[in-house]
Amino acid sequence: MPQITYIDSDGNKHQVELPLGATIMEGAVQNDIKGIIAECGGSCMCATCHCYIAEDYLDKLPEMEEEEDEMLEGAVAPRTERSRLGCQVRISNALDGLVVEIPQEQ
Amino acid sequence: MLLPPLFPNIPPNSIPMKKNVIIIGAGHAGIQAAASLREEGFEGSICIFSEDADFPYQKPPLSKGYLDGSQQKNSIMFRSETWYENNQVELKLGELVEKVDVPQKTVHATSGEYAFDFLVFATGAYNRELPIPIKGTDQPLYLRTMKDADYLKQALDQEDVQDILVIGGGFIGLEIAAYAAKSGKKVTVVEYQPRLMQRVLPPMLSEHFAAKHQAYGVDLRMGVGVQDLTQDSKWLASLSTGETVTADQVIVGIGVLPSQVLAQEAGIRCSNGIEVNEYCETSAAGIYAIGDCALHPNPFAKGQMVRLESVQNAVDQAKAIASTICGKPTSYHQVPWFWTHQYNLKLQMAGLSEGYDQLLVRGDVEGDKFSVFYFKNNQLIAVDSINKPADHLQARKWIQASYTPDLEKLADDSIKLNEC
Repeated sequence: MPQITYIDSDGNKHQVELPLGATIMEGAVQNDIKGIIAECGGSCMCATCHCYIAEDYLDKLPEMEEEEDEMLEGAVAPRTERSRLGCQVRISNALDGLVVEIPQEQ
Repeated sequence: MLLPPLFPNIPPNSIPMKKNVIIIGAGHAGIQAAASLREEGFEGSICIFSEDADFPYQKPPLSKGYLDGSQQKNSIMFRSETWYENNQVELKLGELVEKVDVPQKTVHATSGEYAFDFLVFATGAYNRELPIPIKGTDQPLYLRTMKDADYLKQALDQEDVQDILVIGGGFIGLEIAAYAAKSGKKVTVVEYQPRLMQRVLPPMLSEHFAAKHQAYGVDLRMGVGVQDLTQDSKWLASLSTGETVTADQVIVGIGVLPSQVLAQEAGIRCSNGIEVNEYCETSAAGIYAIGDCALHPNPFAKGQMVRLESVQNAVDQAKAIASTICGKPTSYHQVPWFWTHQYNLKLQMAGLSEGYDQLLVRGDVEGDKFSVFYFKNNQLIAVDSINKPADHLQARKWIQASYTPDLEKLADDSIKLNEC
Protein backbone atom coordinates (compact mmCIF):
# COMPACT_ATOMS: atom_id res chain seq x y z
CA MET A 1 0.00 0.00 0.00
CA PRO A 2 1.27 3.50 -0.82
CA GLN A 3 2.89 5.34 2.05
CA ILE A 4 1.71 8.88 2.77
CA THR A 5 3.13 11.40 5.22
CA TYR A 6 0.77 13.92 6.73
CA ILE A 7 2.05 17.04 8.43
CA ASP A 8 -0.84 18.00 10.68
CA SER A 9 -2.02 21.49 11.62
CA ASP A 10 0.33 21.48 14.63
CA GLY A 11 3.31 20.58 12.45
CA ASN A 12 3.56 16.94 13.59
CA LYS A 13 4.48 14.27 11.05
CA HIS A 14 2.46 11.07 10.66
CA GLN A 15 3.50 8.31 8.28
CA VAL A 16 0.65 6.02 7.28
CA GLU A 17 -0.16 3.42 4.64
CA LEU A 18 -3.34 4.00 2.70
CA PRO A 19 -5.28 1.53 0.57
CA LEU A 20 -5.48 2.27 -3.15
CA GLY A 21 -8.60 4.25 -3.97
CA ALA A 22 -8.96 5.88 -0.55
CA THR A 23 -8.93 9.66 -0.60
CA ILE A 24 -6.40 11.87 1.20
CA MET A 25 -9.30 13.14 3.32
CA GLU A 26 -10.44 9.64 4.32
CA GLY A 27 -6.87 8.66 5.19
CA ALA A 28 -6.55 11.70 7.44
CA VAL A 29 -9.87 11.11 9.20
CA GLN A 30 -9.28 7.37 9.69
CA ASN A 31 -5.82 8.04 11.10
CA ASP A 32 -6.91 10.88 13.37
CA ILE A 33 -4.74 13.51 11.68
CA LYS A 34 -5.42 16.88 13.24
CA GLY A 35 -6.68 19.67 11.01
CA ILE A 36 -8.87 17.88 8.46
CA ILE A 37 -12.50 18.50 9.31
CA ALA A 38 -14.36 17.10 6.27
CA GLU A 39 -17.72 18.30 7.48
CA CYS A 40 -19.61 17.14 4.37
CA GLY A 41 -18.09 13.67 4.41
CA GLY A 42 -16.38 13.89 1.04
CA SER A 43 -19.05 15.40 -1.21
CA CYS A 44 -16.97 18.42 -2.26
CA MET A 45 -19.45 20.66 -0.47
CA CYS A 46 -17.61 22.32 2.39
CA ALA A 47 -13.90 23.03 1.65
CA THR A 48 -12.81 21.84 5.11
CA CYS A 49 -10.33 19.20 3.88
CA HIS A 50 -8.02 21.74 2.22
CA CYS A 51 -4.42 20.53 2.07
CA TYR A 52 -1.10 21.40 0.46
CA ILE A 53 0.51 18.77 -1.76
CA ALA A 54 4.30 18.41 -1.99
CA GLU A 55 5.45 20.11 -5.18
CA ASP A 56 7.13 17.08 -6.78
CA TYR A 57 3.82 15.18 -6.76
CA LEU A 58 1.60 17.85 -8.26
CA ASP A 59 1.77 16.39 -11.78
CA LYS A 60 0.87 12.91 -10.48
CA LEU A 61 -2.50 14.04 -9.08
CA PRO A 62 -5.86 13.50 -10.72
CA GLU A 63 -6.89 16.63 -12.59
CA MET A 64 -8.91 19.20 -10.73
CA GLU A 65 -12.61 19.49 -11.58
CA GLU A 66 -14.25 22.88 -11.86
CA GLU A 67 -16.20 22.53 -8.61
CA GLU A 68 -13.08 21.73 -6.58
CA ASP A 69 -11.40 24.72 -8.16
CA GLU A 70 -14.31 26.93 -7.09
CA MET A 71 -14.50 25.48 -3.57
CA LEU A 72 -10.78 26.14 -3.06
CA GLU A 73 -11.39 29.81 -3.80
CA GLY A 74 -13.54 29.88 -0.68
CA ALA A 75 -11.19 27.91 1.58
CA VAL A 76 -10.20 29.63 4.82
CA ALA A 77 -6.41 29.16 4.59
CA PRO A 78 -4.67 30.85 1.65
CA ARG A 79 -4.89 29.00 -1.64
CA THR A 80 -1.60 28.23 -3.37
CA GLU A 81 -0.66 26.26 -6.48
CA ARG A 82 -0.21 23.30 -4.08
CA SER A 83 -3.79 23.48 -2.79
CA ARG A 84 -6.20 20.58 -3.23
CA LEU A 85 -9.28 19.30 -1.45
CA GLY A 86 -8.36 16.04 0.24
CA CYS A 87 -11.70 14.46 -0.67
CA GLN A 88 -11.01 14.82 -4.38
CA VAL A 89 -7.60 13.13 -4.49
CA ARG A 90 -7.59 9.35 -4.57
CA ILE A 91 -4.50 7.40 -3.61
CA SER A 92 -2.72 5.64 -6.46
CA ASN A 93 0.64 3.86 -6.66
CA ALA A 94 2.07 6.99 -8.26
CA LEU A 95 1.45 8.82 -4.98
CA ASP A 96 3.63 6.51 -2.88
CA GLY A 97 5.86 8.67 -0.69
CA LEU A 98 3.59 11.73 -0.95
CA VAL A 99 3.82 14.41 1.73
CA VAL A 100 0.59 16.29 2.52
CA GLU A 101 0.60 19.41 4.62
CA ILE A 102 -2.56 20.46 6.45
CA PRO A 103 -3.20 24.17 7.01
CA GLN A 104 -3.88 25.59 10.46
CA GLU A 105 -7.36 26.73 9.52
CA GLN A 106 -10.19 25.09 7.59
CA MET B 1 -6.98 40.27 51.39
CA LEU B 2 -7.66 36.57 50.99
CA LEU B 3 -8.82 35.44 47.59
CA PRO B 4 -11.76 33.04 47.54
CA PRO B 5 -10.92 29.47 46.52
CA LEU B 6 -11.20 28.77 42.78
CA PHE B 7 -13.96 26.19 43.17
CA PRO B 8 -15.81 27.05 46.38
CA ASN B 9 -17.58 24.08 47.98
CA ILE B 10 -16.69 21.76 45.11
CA PRO B 11 -14.44 18.84 46.02
CA PRO B 12 -11.38 18.69 43.78
CA ASN B 13 -12.40 15.47 42.04
CA SER B 14 -15.49 17.08 40.57
CA ILE B 15 -14.01 19.94 38.58
CA PRO B 16 -15.68 19.96 35.14
CA MET B 17 -12.82 18.37 33.20
CA LYS B 18 -13.10 15.20 35.30
CA LYS B 19 -16.84 14.68 35.15
CA ASN B 20 -18.72 12.01 33.24
CA VAL B 21 -20.61 12.58 30.03
CA ILE B 22 -23.15 10.24 28.52
CA ILE B 23 -24.21 10.84 24.93
CA ILE B 24 -27.28 9.15 23.47
CA GLY B 25 -26.95 8.77 19.71
CA ALA B 26 -23.97 8.13 17.41
CA GLY B 27 -24.78 10.31 14.42
CA HIS B 28 -23.01 13.53 13.47
CA ALA B 29 -24.10 15.29 16.67
CA GLY B 30 -23.10 12.55 19.11
CA ILE B 31 -19.72 11.74 17.56
CA GLN B 32 -18.79 15.42 17.13
CA ALA B 33 -19.71 16.08 20.77
CA ALA B 34 -17.29 13.37 21.91
CA ALA B 35 -14.53 14.59 19.56
CA SER B 36 -14.95 18.24 20.58
CA LEU B 37 -14.97 17.39 24.29
CA ARG B 38 -11.57 15.70 23.91
CA GLU B 39 -10.24 18.56 21.76
CA GLU B 40 -11.25 20.95 24.53
CA GLY B 41 -9.27 18.88 27.01
CA PHE B 42 -12.14 17.15 28.76
CA GLU B 43 -10.65 14.38 30.90
CA GLY B 44 -13.72 12.66 32.32
CA SER B 45 -15.33 9.57 30.86
CA ILE B 46 -17.34 9.74 27.66
CA CYS B 47 -19.79 7.02 26.80
CA ILE B 48 -21.96 6.93 23.66
CA PHE B 49 -25.08 4.79 23.49
CA SER B 50 -26.38 3.91 20.04
CA GLU B 51 -29.43 1.82 19.19
CA ASP B 52 -27.79 1.18 15.83
CA ALA B 53 -25.45 -1.82 16.08
CA ASP B 54 -23.32 -0.70 13.13
CA PHE B 55 -20.05 1.09 13.79
CA PRO B 56 -20.83 4.86 13.78
CA TYR B 57 -21.24 6.17 10.24
CA GLN B 58 -22.44 9.26 8.41
CA LYS B 59 -26.02 9.28 7.22
CA PRO B 60 -26.05 11.85 4.37
CA PRO B 61 -24.24 9.55 1.88
CA LEU B 62 -26.86 6.81 2.42
CA SER B 63 -29.18 8.45 -0.10
CA LYS B 64 -26.32 9.66 -2.34
CA GLY B 65 -22.81 8.21 -2.76
CA TYR B 66 -23.41 5.08 -0.69
CA LEU B 67 -26.56 4.28 -2.67
CA ASP B 68 -24.93 4.73 -6.07
CA GLY B 69 -21.84 2.78 -5.00
CA SER B 70 -19.32 5.62 -5.30
CA GLN B 71 -18.76 5.53 -1.52
CA GLN B 72 -18.18 2.31 0.41
CA LYS B 73 -18.81 1.40 4.05
CA ASN B 74 -15.26 2.27 5.08
CA SER B 75 -15.40 5.73 3.58
CA ILE B 76 -18.54 6.78 5.45
CA MET B 77 -17.32 5.84 8.93
CA PHE B 78 -16.74 8.87 11.16
CA ARG B 79 -13.56 7.60 12.82
CA SER B 80 -11.43 4.49 13.04
CA GLU B 81 -11.71 2.04 15.94
CA THR B 82 -8.32 3.17 17.21
CA TRP B 83 -9.59 6.74 17.44
CA TYR B 84 -12.23 5.69 19.95
CA GLU B 85 -9.62 3.70 21.91
CA ASN B 86 -6.99 6.44 21.85
CA ASN B 87 -9.49 9.06 22.90
CA GLN B 88 -11.16 6.84 25.48
CA VAL B 89 -14.60 7.21 24.00
CA GLU B 90 -16.63 4.20 24.98
CA LEU B 91 -19.16 2.96 22.44
CA LYS B 92 -22.20 0.99 23.48
CA LEU B 93 -23.53 -0.07 20.10
CA GLY B 94 -26.86 -1.79 19.59
CA GLU B 95 -27.82 -0.83 23.10
CA LEU B 96 -31.12 0.76 23.92
CA VAL B 97 -31.44 3.42 26.59
CA GLU B 98 -34.72 2.65 28.30
CA LYS B 99 -35.01 5.47 30.78
CA VAL B 100 -33.35 8.66 31.95
CA ASP B 101 -33.65 9.51 35.63
CA VAL B 102 -33.11 13.27 35.89
CA PRO B 103 -32.97 13.70 39.73
CA GLN B 104 -30.69 10.66 40.16
CA LYS B 105 -28.60 11.60 37.09
CA THR B 106 -28.61 8.07 35.72
CA VAL B 107 -29.55 6.33 32.51
CA HIS B 108 -31.02 2.84 32.49
CA ALA B 109 -29.84 0.80 29.54
CA THR B 110 -30.13 -2.85 28.55
CA SER B 111 -26.82 -3.69 30.25
CA GLY B 112 -27.41 -1.76 33.45
CA GLU B 113 -27.52 1.63 35.09
CA TYR B 114 -24.99 4.40 34.36
CA ALA B 115 -24.38 7.66 36.22
CA PHE B 116 -23.69 10.95 34.47
CA ASP B 117 -22.77 14.51 35.35
CA PHE B 118 -23.75 15.74 31.90
CA LEU B 119 -26.15 14.07 29.49
CA VAL B 120 -26.43 14.83 25.78
CA PHE B 121 -29.46 13.87 23.73
CA ALA B 122 -28.20 13.42 20.16
CA THR B 123 -31.07 11.11 19.35
CA GLY B 124 -31.86 12.44 15.89
CA ALA B 125 -35.14 11.75 14.20
CA TYR B 126 -37.19 8.85 12.94
CA ASN B 127 -39.20 8.42 9.76
CA ARG B 128 -42.77 9.60 9.59
CA GLU B 129 -44.85 6.62 8.51
CA LEU B 130 -47.50 6.57 5.81
CA PRO B 131 -50.82 7.14 7.56
CA ILE B 132 -52.79 5.02 5.07
CA PRO B 133 -54.02 1.41 4.89
CA ILE B 134 -51.35 -0.95 3.54
CA LYS B 135 -52.26 -4.49 2.46
CA GLY B 136 -49.47 -6.84 1.47
CA THR B 137 -46.95 -9.40 2.65
CA ASP B 138 -44.11 -6.85 2.29
CA GLN B 139 -43.87 -3.29 3.51
CA PRO B 140 -42.90 -0.22 1.52
CA LEU B 141 -39.24 0.73 2.05
CA TYR B 142 -37.96 3.57 4.21
CA LEU B 143 -34.42 4.92 4.54
CA ARG B 144 -32.75 5.93 7.77
CA THR B 145 -29.97 3.53 8.70
CA MET B 146 -27.14 1.84 6.82
CA LYS B 147 -29.09 -1.43 7.01
CA ASP B 148 -32.04 0.30 5.35
CA ALA B 149 -29.69 1.61 2.65
CA ASP B 150 -28.18 -1.84 2.03
CA TYR B 151 -31.65 -3.31 1.73
CA LEU B 152 -32.88 -0.47 -0.49
CA LYS B 153 -29.90 -0.77 -2.84
CA GLN B 154 -30.34 -4.51 -3.13
CA ALA B 155 -34.05 -4.08 -3.85
CA LEU B 156 -33.54 -1.33 -6.44
CA ASP B 157 -30.66 -3.03 -8.22
CA GLN B 158 -32.65 -6.17 -9.07
CA GLU B 159 -33.23 -6.53 -12.77
CA ASP B 160 -36.87 -7.54 -12.48
CA VAL B 161 -37.55 -4.41 -10.43
CA GLN B 162 -38.39 -1.85 -13.09
CA ASP B 163 -41.28 0.29 -11.85
CA ILE B 164 -40.49 2.35 -8.78
CA LEU B 165 -42.96 4.45 -6.85
CA VAL B 166 -41.48 7.09 -4.56
CA ILE B 167 -43.91 8.64 -2.11
CA GLY B 168 -42.66 12.05 -1.04
CA GLY B 169 -40.97 14.76 -3.11
CA GLY B 170 -38.53 16.01 -0.47
CA PHE B 171 -34.74 15.62 -0.39
CA ILE B 172 -34.59 11.92 0.49
CA GLY B 173 -37.35 10.81 -1.87
CA LEU B 174 -35.89 12.79 -4.76
CA GLU B 175 -32.31 11.65 -4.17
CA ILE B 176 -33.53 8.05 -4.30
CA ALA B 177 -35.69 8.81 -7.34
CA ALA B 178 -32.65 10.30 -9.08
CA TYR B 179 -30.57 7.18 -8.38
CA ALA B 180 -33.33 4.88 -9.65
CA ALA B 181 -33.97 6.98 -12.77
CA LYS B 182 -30.25 7.11 -13.59
CA SER B 183 -30.17 3.31 -13.24
CA GLY B 184 -32.78 3.12 -15.98
CA LYS B 185 -35.84 2.41 -13.83
CA LYS B 186 -39.25 3.83 -14.56
CA VAL B 187 -39.89 6.13 -11.61
CA THR B 188 -43.06 7.83 -10.41
CA VAL B 189 -42.89 10.40 -7.61
CA VAL B 190 -46.09 11.31 -5.77
CA GLU B 191 -45.94 14.48 -3.69
CA TYR B 192 -48.82 15.78 -1.59
CA GLN B 193 -47.73 19.41 -1.85
CA PRO B 194 -48.21 21.24 -5.16
CA ARG B 195 -44.46 21.33 -5.85
CA LEU B 196 -41.18 19.59 -5.00
CA MET B 197 -39.27 20.42 -1.79
CA GLN B 198 -41.87 23.11 -1.10
CA ARG B 199 -40.90 23.52 2.56
CA VAL B 200 -37.43 24.82 1.72
CA LEU B 201 -37.32 25.99 -1.89
CA PRO B 202 -38.98 28.84 -3.82
CA PRO B 203 -41.14 27.94 -6.85
CA MET B 204 -38.38 28.62 -9.40
CA LEU B 205 -36.03 26.08 -7.81
CA SER B 206 -38.80 23.50 -7.35
CA GLU B 207 -39.50 23.87 -11.06
CA HIS B 208 -35.82 23.63 -11.96
CA PHE B 209 -35.53 20.32 -10.13
CA ALA B 210 -38.86 19.09 -11.52
CA ALA B 211 -37.66 19.74 -15.08
CA LYS B 212 -34.45 17.79 -14.42
CA HIS B 213 -36.36 14.79 -13.02
CA GLN B 214 -38.71 14.88 -15.99
CA ALA B 215 -35.78 15.01 -18.39
CA TYR B 216 -34.69 11.69 -16.85
CA GLY B 217 -38.16 10.27 -17.46
CA VAL B 218 -39.51 10.59 -13.92
CA ASP B 219 -43.31 10.86 -13.80
CA LEU B 220 -44.04 13.59 -11.24
CA ARG B 221 -47.51 13.73 -9.68
CA MET B 222 -47.72 16.81 -7.53
CA GLY B 223 -50.55 17.97 -5.31
CA VAL B 224 -51.59 14.33 -5.14
CA GLY B 225 -52.07 12.05 -2.14
CA VAL B 226 -51.84 8.26 -1.88
CA GLN B 227 -54.99 6.79 -0.35
CA ASP B 228 -54.03 3.17 0.00
CA LEU B 229 -51.42 0.65 -1.02
CA THR B 230 -52.13 -2.96 -1.94
CA GLN B 231 -49.57 -5.59 -2.83
CA ASP B 232 -50.50 -8.44 -5.11
CA SER B 233 -48.00 -9.52 -7.75
CA LYS B 234 -47.15 -5.82 -7.88
CA TRP B 235 -47.90 -2.87 -5.64
CA LEU B 236 -50.98 -0.88 -6.52
CA ALA B 237 -51.36 2.66 -5.17
CA SER B 238 -54.68 4.49 -5.35
CA LEU B 239 -54.23 8.23 -5.69
CA SER B 240 -56.48 11.06 -4.54
CA THR B 241 -57.15 11.87 -8.21
CA GLY B 242 -58.81 8.49 -8.68
CA GLU B 243 -55.88 7.21 -10.74
CA THR B 244 -53.72 4.23 -9.83
CA VAL B 245 -49.99 3.60 -10.07
CA THR B 246 -48.41 0.14 -10.18
CA ALA B 247 -44.88 -0.53 -8.97
CA ASP B 248 -42.41 -3.31 -8.16
CA GLN B 249 -41.08 -1.37 -5.18
CA VAL B 250 -42.50 1.46 -3.13
CA ILE B 251 -40.17 3.85 -1.28
CA VAL B 252 -41.44 6.33 1.27
CA GLY B 253 -39.71 9.56 2.26
CA ILE B 254 -42.30 11.85 3.81
CA GLY B 255 -40.24 13.55 6.47
CA VAL B 256 -39.06 12.80 9.97
CA LEU B 257 -40.12 13.40 13.56
CA PRO B 258 -37.76 14.19 16.45
CA SER B 259 -36.72 11.25 18.64
CA GLN B 260 -37.81 12.70 21.96
CA VAL B 261 -39.75 10.01 23.83
CA LEU B 262 -36.90 9.34 26.30
CA ALA B 263 -36.62 13.02 27.15
CA GLN B 264 -40.38 13.44 27.36
CA GLU B 265 -40.73 10.51 29.75
CA ALA B 266 -37.95 11.97 31.88
CA GLY B 267 -40.02 15.13 32.33
CA ILE B 268 -37.88 17.28 30.02
CA ARG B 269 -39.83 19.91 28.09
CA CYS B 270 -40.57 18.83 24.51
CA SER B 271 -42.86 19.99 21.71
CA ASN B 272 -41.71 19.67 18.08
CA GLY B 273 -38.36 18.49 19.43
CA ILE B 274 -36.55 18.62 22.75
CA GLU B 275 -36.71 22.29 23.76
CA VAL B 276 -33.36 23.95 24.47
CA ASN B 277 -32.03 27.44 25.15
CA GLU B 278 -29.27 29.21 23.19
CA TYR B 279 -26.70 26.96 24.93
CA CYS B 280 -28.60 23.85 23.78
CA GLU B 281 -29.45 23.10 27.40
CA THR B 282 -32.82 21.46 28.02
CA SER B 283 -35.27 22.31 30.81
CA ALA B 284 -33.13 20.06 33.05
CA ALA B 285 -29.79 21.54 34.13
CA GLY B 286 -26.72 19.75 32.79
CA ILE B 287 -28.76 17.94 30.15
CA TYR B 288 -28.35 19.06 26.53
CA ALA B 289 -30.04 18.27 23.23
CA ILE B 290 -28.27 18.75 19.89
CA GLY B 291 -28.84 18.00 16.21
CA ASP B 292 -32.07 16.92 14.55
CA CYS B 293 -33.88 16.36 17.87
CA ALA B 294 -33.25 19.85 19.30
CA LEU B 295 -35.85 22.62 19.05
CA HIS B 296 -33.64 25.65 19.51
CA PRO B 297 -33.78 29.45 19.22
CA ASN B 298 -31.91 30.21 15.99
CA PRO B 299 -30.33 33.66 15.50
CA PHE B 300 -30.66 33.21 11.73
CA ALA B 301 -34.43 32.76 12.12
CA LYS B 302 -34.71 35.95 14.19
CA GLY B 303 -34.47 33.90 17.37
CA GLN B 304 -37.51 31.76 16.55
CA MET B 305 -37.59 28.20 17.84
CA VAL B 306 -36.65 25.89 14.97
CA ARG B 307 -35.54 22.32 14.48
CA LEU B 308 -33.02 21.77 11.70
CA GLU B 309 -32.16 18.47 10.08
CA SER B 310 -28.63 18.97 8.85
CA VAL B 311 -25.01 18.03 9.35
CA GLN B 312 -24.06 21.66 9.99
CA ASN B 313 -26.59 22.06 12.78
CA ALA B 314 -25.58 18.79 14.43
CA VAL B 315 -21.85 19.52 14.23
CA ASP B 316 -21.97 23.15 15.34
CA GLN B 317 -24.36 22.49 18.23
CA ALA B 318 -22.06 19.65 19.35
CA LYS B 319 -19.07 22.01 19.34
CA ALA B 320 -20.99 24.60 21.36
CA ILE B 321 -22.06 22.21 24.12
CA ALA B 322 -18.58 20.69 24.34
CA SER B 323 -17.18 24.15 25.12
CA THR B 324 -19.97 24.83 27.59
CA ILE B 325 -19.39 21.54 29.40
CA CYS B 326 -15.68 22.38 29.61
CA GLY B 327 -16.52 25.56 31.48
CA LYS B 328 -16.64 28.05 28.58
CA PRO B 329 -20.34 28.84 28.09
CA THR B 330 -20.81 29.04 24.30
CA SER B 331 -24.09 29.89 22.61
CA TYR B 332 -25.00 28.38 19.25
CA HIS B 333 -24.61 31.02 16.55
CA GLN B 334 -23.77 29.52 13.16
CA VAL B 335 -25.29 30.05 9.72
CA PRO B 336 -27.44 27.04 8.81
CA TRP B 337 -26.41 25.27 5.63
CA PHE B 338 -27.69 22.21 3.81
CA TRP B 339 -27.10 20.36 0.59
CA THR B 340 -28.72 17.92 -1.78
CA HIS B 341 -27.36 16.19 -4.85
CA GLN B 342 -29.67 15.01 -7.64
CA TYR B 343 -28.29 14.15 -11.11
CA ASN B 344 -25.78 16.89 -12.00
CA LEU B 345 -27.49 19.36 -9.66
CA LYS B 346 -25.58 20.07 -6.48
CA LEU B 347 -27.72 22.41 -4.46
CA GLN B 348 -26.13 24.16 -1.50
CA MET B 349 -28.30 26.27 0.77
CA ALA B 350 -26.96 28.90 3.17
CA GLY B 351 -29.22 30.63 5.69
CA LEU B 352 -32.97 30.21 6.11
CA SER B 353 -35.01 31.67 3.26
CA GLU B 354 -38.42 31.38 4.91
CA GLY B 355 -40.31 34.68 4.86
CA TYR B 356 -38.20 36.32 2.13
CA ASP B 357 -39.81 39.32 0.40
CA GLN B 358 -37.40 39.69 -2.53
CA LEU B 359 -35.14 37.40 -4.52
CA LEU B 360 -32.43 37.86 -7.09
CA VAL B 361 -31.07 35.27 -9.49
CA ARG B 362 -27.44 35.46 -10.57
CA GLY B 363 -25.68 33.17 -13.03
CA ASP B 364 -26.60 30.77 -15.81
CA VAL B 365 -29.97 29.16 -15.05
CA GLU B 366 -30.18 27.12 -18.25
CA GLY B 367 -26.62 25.90 -17.77
CA ASP B 368 -27.46 24.67 -14.22
CA LYS B 369 -24.97 27.07 -12.66
CA PHE B 370 -26.58 29.87 -10.67
CA SER B 371 -27.51 31.20 -7.25
CA VAL B 372 -30.70 32.64 -5.80
CA PHE B 373 -30.26 35.40 -3.22
CA TYR B 374 -33.09 35.99 -0.71
CA PHE B 375 -33.77 39.24 1.09
CA LYS B 376 -36.12 40.27 3.87
CA ASN B 377 -36.53 43.95 4.72
CA ASN B 378 -33.55 44.63 2.44
CA GLN B 379 -31.31 42.29 4.39
CA LEU B 380 -29.70 39.18 2.89
CA ILE B 381 -31.11 36.14 4.72
CA ALA B 382 -30.26 33.16 2.50
CA VAL B 383 -28.62 32.00 -0.72
CA ASP B 384 -29.34 28.79 -2.64
CA SER B 385 -26.61 27.84 -5.10
CA ILE B 386 -26.76 25.26 -7.85
CA ASN B 387 -23.30 24.11 -8.96
CA LYS B 388 -21.85 27.40 -7.66
CA PRO B 389 -19.84 26.35 -4.62
CA ALA B 390 -17.89 29.60 -4.46
CA ASP B 391 -21.16 31.56 -4.22
CA HIS B 392 -22.23 29.29 -1.39
CA LEU B 393 -19.06 29.79 0.62
CA GLN B 394 -19.22 33.56 0.07
CA ALA B 395 -22.88 33.56 1.15
CA ARG B 396 -22.09 31.78 4.40
CA LYS B 397 -19.49 34.40 5.26
CA TRP B 398 -21.86 37.25 4.40
CA ILE B 399 -24.81 35.87 6.36
CA GLN B 400 -22.64 35.04 9.37
CA ALA B 401 -21.43 38.66 9.35
CA SER B 402 -24.98 40.08 8.71
CA TYR B 403 -23.64 41.67 5.52
CA THR B 404 -25.96 42.57 2.65
CA PRO B 405 -24.34 43.02 -0.77
CA ASP B 406 -25.18 45.85 -3.11
CA LEU B 407 -28.20 44.72 -5.13
CA GLU B 408 -27.26 46.56 -8.31
CA LYS B 409 -23.80 45.08 -8.33
CA LEU B 410 -25.18 41.66 -7.48
CA ALA B 411 -27.51 41.84 -10.47
CA ASP B 412 -24.51 42.48 -12.73
CA ASP B 413 -22.83 39.19 -13.58
CA SER B 414 -19.71 40.97 -14.79
CA ILE B 415 -18.92 42.13 -11.24
CA LYS B 416 -17.19 39.52 -9.10
CA LEU B 417 -19.23 38.28 -6.15
CA ASN B 418 -16.66 39.25 -3.53
CA GLU B 419 -16.75 42.80 -4.92
CA CYS B 420 -20.52 43.18 -4.43
